[in-house]
Amino acid sequence: MNFDLTADQRAIQTLCRDFAENEVKPRAEEMDAQAEFPYDLVKKMADLGLMGLPFPEEYGGAGADTISYALAVMEISRADASTGITLAAHVSLGSTPFAMFGTEEQKQKYLVPLARGEMLWGFGLTEPQAGSDAGGTRTRAELRDGSWIINGTKAFITNSGTDLSGGTTITAITGTDEKGRPEISNIAVPQDTPGFTRSKKYRKMGWKASDTRELAFEDARVPEDMLLGARGRGLKQFLKILDGGRISVAALSVGLAMGAYEEALAYAKERRQFGQPISKFQAIQFKLADMLMEIEHAKLMMLRAAWEKDNGREFEMSASLAKLYSAEVSRRVVNEAVQIHGGYGFMDEYPVSRMYRDQKINEIGEGTNEVQRLVIARLMGL
Amino acid sequence: MKIVVTVKLVPDTNADKRIDPETKRLVRTGVETVLNPFDEYALEAALQLKEKAGGDTTVTVVTMAPENGKEVVRKALAMGADDAVMLSDPQAEGSDVWGTAHALAKAIAQNGFDLVVCGTQSTDAITGELPGMLAELLGVPGLTYLRKLEIDGTTVRAERETDNGYARISAPLPALASVTKSINEPRYPSLRGIMGAKKKTIAVRTLAEAGVGQEIGNAGARTEVTGFETPPARGKGEVYQAADAVAGAQKILEFLREKKFV
Repeated sequence: MNFDLTADQRAIQTLCRDFAENEVKPRAEEMDAQAEFPYDLVKKMADLGLMGLPFPEEYGGAGADTISYALAVMEISRADASTGITLAAHVSLGSTPFAMFGTEEQKQKYLVPLARGEMLWGFGLTEPQAGSDAGGTRTRAELRDGSWIINGTKAFITNSGTDLSGGTTITAITGTDEKGRPEISNIAVPQDTPGFTRSKKYRKMGWKASDTRELAFEDARVPEDMLLGARGRGLKQFLKILDGGRISVAALSVGLAMGAYEEALAYAKERRQFGQPISKFQAIQFKLADMLMEIEHAKLMMLRAAWEKDNGREFEMSASLAKLYSAEVSRRVVNEAVQIHGGYGFMDEYPVSRMYRDQKINEIGEGTNEVQRLVIARLMGL
Repeated sequence: MKIVVTVKLVPDTNADKRIDPETKRLVRTGVETVLNPFDEYALEAALQLKEKAGGDTTVTVVTMAPENGKEVVRKALAMGADDAVMLSDPQAEGSDVWGTAHALAKAIAQNGFDLVVCGTQSTDAITGELPGMLAELLGVPGLTYLRKLEIDGTTVRAERETDNGYARISAPLPALASVTKSINEPRYPSLRGIMGAKKKTIAVRTLAEAGVGQEIGNAGARTEVTGFETPPARGKGEVYQAADAVAGAQKILEFLREKKFV
């Protein structure tokens, strides 16, 4: 048993903390108010190598491990959740499918620019009528004369419509299997594909500076070799991606909770009522103690899941537990952080106001709390 | 060209500083150790010179610190320095600025150099004396408080900050330069740099190995801290109630003139 991070992991965490403090945090309030995608921050993260953090060096990545990746997402989210999800979705949803299932040619063509952060890519699983019921996909792709003809709609797709977005990988029904069930495959659809259009950015409660759109495919035609991975394995492949993605969301949640806790702690020391800082009141102390306790707990669960993944262990259970627990912890922590701020916490000049709004999606994205409980129950064998 | 950058490991600048009343030294336990922020500007200046010069220019980081500070030194390598020399010796503990300059001069001379780049000061002791002493001990011109630094063949050309502006100065190599915070914006170590830093060499040497014959450390210190006090709290500023805007502006102008801002 060893709780020490390696020198690399520590160095990467320190880099991300410094970067987040100096470059991201000062921008967070304005980015939220303007719902402005942070192209400059993406460029800087790309220059630092963060956008390709866990991918092999031969594909333009930095070759770092999952623990480093989780710490990076945690530190960025601590300063700003929108920037955190932009990074996390890029790495674990946009790029990982190419790394895991891509042919050598697909890796060269897509993973390399993605890992270098020169391009972003969407992950299109959710549809207006297929959310938690991801198998209820209605989007269809028909193979005709060496091309896939795609028709359907995808909803809530991160990084899908920025100036850097190169395309989106989707799930689509490509036929029926031997038992008569829909056969689902993954197809990578480049941005300039005729018939593939993106909606305007959604207006959202939180994560306002991240790019989220609805995608429409109307007879969108892509070459047959844009199939990613094996035909008919699309849903399994995407669920595999989501297992890793849960570590991302755990990191987003832990980071957000840390940010909110630190704001609350600083405010409690500064804010005076009844002749003393409110941090001297036991009611506030207990809140802060509970917040720290839960954050530490969630962080350990997140790191353990990442460690299991790095060490080739089964990590589905620990990733689901970490995702669910951290998401719920982030809710309790942001709630108390606003409470400690009193009326000021309701004002947008205080970061906890943004954090409160940014939090909710952690309990919904990449498997709702309820679906997470189902996943856990299934892994228990129930 | 061989460029040497001196760095110091200091307690985290954002942490509260405490001085042990017994030893009269800064308490370093329980505080994270970081690269002296001023030295990051020196390293950045050296790396920019290297990038511009290309060829076989190398940047070597030289420091005197306990061996457990290796990880901090590695940050300098992650930022882009080629290798590092670390003087680590229990005998060096308690060195004053003269002792430090003496030991670093030996290590730098042993390594060889065309240009030494220093930060102006450290954030812990803040004496600001090291660059001058080091230039003297190395027997080379010392160009200090630079806001601009260029190499032109075998000449250093620089702009030295002064109270009223700056002075253009130059000196032949080999030379020593100390740079201020206005010279550049230090880079972050990239992930590639962090992962690559493991493969770079940190040569750890004892004082004897670096050829330091003179006794330094506590025993060799030529200065003694006799006492310390926290600075008095800053007094309240002067409040002037202006009758109207013109009178107010006049008062502000007088104040700025008096302080020689205009």
